[in-house]
Amino acid sequence: MNNWQEISRNGLWRQNPGLVQLLGLCPVLAISNNVVNALALGLATTLVTALSGTAVASVRNLVPNEIRNPIFIMIIAGLVTCVDLAMNAWLHELYLVLGIFIPLITTNCIVMARAEAFASRNSVTEAALDGLMMGLGLTGVLIALGALRELAGKGTLLAGADKLFGEAGHAMVLHLAPANYQFLLALLPPGAFLGLGLLIAGKNLLDARQRRIAATAANPATHAVSQP
Amino acid sequence: MTLHATHIAKPATVSAVMLKVLAAMLPGIALSVHFNGIGVLVQLLLASVTALLAEAAMLRLRGVPVTPFLKDLSAIVTAWLLALAMPPLGAWWLIVVATLFAIVVAKQLYGGLGNNPFNPAMVGFAVAIISFPAQMAAWGSPLAPLDAAAQLQWIFSHTLPAGSALDAVSSATPLDLLKTGLLQGGRDVSQLLAGDRFGQLGNAGGEWIALGWLAGGLWLWQQKLIPWQTPLATLAGVVAMSGALWLAAPAHYASPLFHLFNGATLLAAMFIVTDPVSGSTTPRGRLIFGGLVGVLTVLIRVFGGFPDAVAFAVLIMNIAVPFIDQYTQPTVFGHKGGRRA
Repeated sequence: MNNWQEISRNGLWRQNPGLVQLLGLCPVLAISNNVVNALALGLATTLVTALSGTAVASVRNLVPNEIRNPIFIMIIAGLVTCVDLAMNAWLHELYLVLGIFIPLITTNCIVMARAEAFASRNSVTEAALDGLMMGLGLTGVLIALGALRELAGKGTLLAGADKLFGEAGHAMVLHLAPANYQFLLALLPPGAFLGLGLLIAGKNLLDARQRRIAATAANPATHAVSQP
Repeated sequence: MTLHATHIAKPATVSAVMLKVLAAMLPGIALSVHFNGIGVLVQLLLASVTALLAEAAMLRLRGVPVTPFLKDLSAIVTAWLLALAMPPLGAWWLIVVATLFAIVVAKQLYGGLGNNPFNPAMVGFAVAIISFPAQMAAWGSPLAPLDAAAQLQWIFSHTLPAGSALDAVSSATPLDLLKTGLLQGGRDVSQLLAGDRFGQLGNAGGEWIALGWLAGGLWLWQQKLIPWQTPLATLAGVVAMSGALWLAAPAHYASPLFHLFNGATLLAAMFIVTDPVSGSTTPRGRLIFGGLVGVLTVLIRVFGGFPDAVAFAVLIMNIAVPFIDQYTQPTVFGHKGGRRA
């Protein structure tokens, strides 16, 4: 059980793919210009990481070590094709918006990295959990970045939610600024880099505060001396 | 009375240097106010206040002493350069946003004065022109300037007194006029440049302001605060690139004189490329850096989509500075002139 907590914490926070490993940044930076796109791409990636973790871990003893990478990529590509076809069928409008970035999940470093670094060395259940948590960690970063950029860039949240949630989505859109408000920089690529930089800084700040609190709790005497 | 060793020069403090840079801008500012109106002063004031507040807040957040760093006046220099590059009738929030970006992101997040790889004023300008191209067109016409009250009203409330035409606040600059004129086709450069707006040297009013920057720059050079290489190389780059285009097809490209006296060419050559932090620091490097800024300015102006290109040219060359500096290090005296890795 402890191991499972460890895997979850790694995926969601400590080894977060978007904030710490900085893997698979191309779609993160390109698709995070609003919350709905970010959420959709995040969920699609999560589906692929979870399924590929499961699949790779279940065949890991049958795969010759020398050619494991091509085989993993074939498995991942097959799964991505399934996701691609499913989105094309059921979320067609969103599929048109996300375009090339759905097929590109195949080449997303985070999927390959988890297959190679974790799934090929661990049990099926652990690999499935790792894939799920890594995907959810990435989805969290995507949503935060998407919200930041959409809010700063257009003053809305969840614009275009109908593409993901159907007719009910129209009611979910929040307009938090006058209709003609626009800050183009946040929507353009520089906004993605600046936003991701701020999120990473924010995570480091939280971690540093956590460490300071832990240090004080562990040894209050030395702390009191060092800070007269 | 204390005796000083007269052979030892008093070390120049950062604030003394910055104060002289600010003083050197005064002739150009005076001329700009004369031709463009009180809007220029409002932009300078808004930028200065924003810069000081942002600088103080960031210094506090970073946990470094606030007062000594505020007194070095570098934030004011950034604010003034930015305000002078911005349109005089731009909305109040436009200059505030641009200054915030310049100080908070481009300067303080990189570690404050001396650590910024990019010229902060130019980052602020680039953010503004990319994000708000429509508002960045608020160059009043120097031929028929608005009165002071109307300028203030426009900057702060975006409304005009009855009877004023919108054309008075966003008249096209000579660079815009030439670009759109050429795109429409049918007329060549000499016909386009015949209008009143272009004056004697290609920019009515603006040419005098440009000469003001030149005077300030020459004084800074005489005071040994800026090297001769960067400004001269920048102007040479502009002249060489625009001259080559002009000689090849005078009907399609404006003369070097037009490019020298339009946009922010002279302001940049005297005050922006000479920034000791984000520019090159070796003698040969300064020639390369300045020359390429000049060439890129003309290329982006002529073939790019934005009205002026100085900011983009400077930022692109800022990226190349470490590379240029590494390959242009002068040999230390006494060493054999060997090849550097």
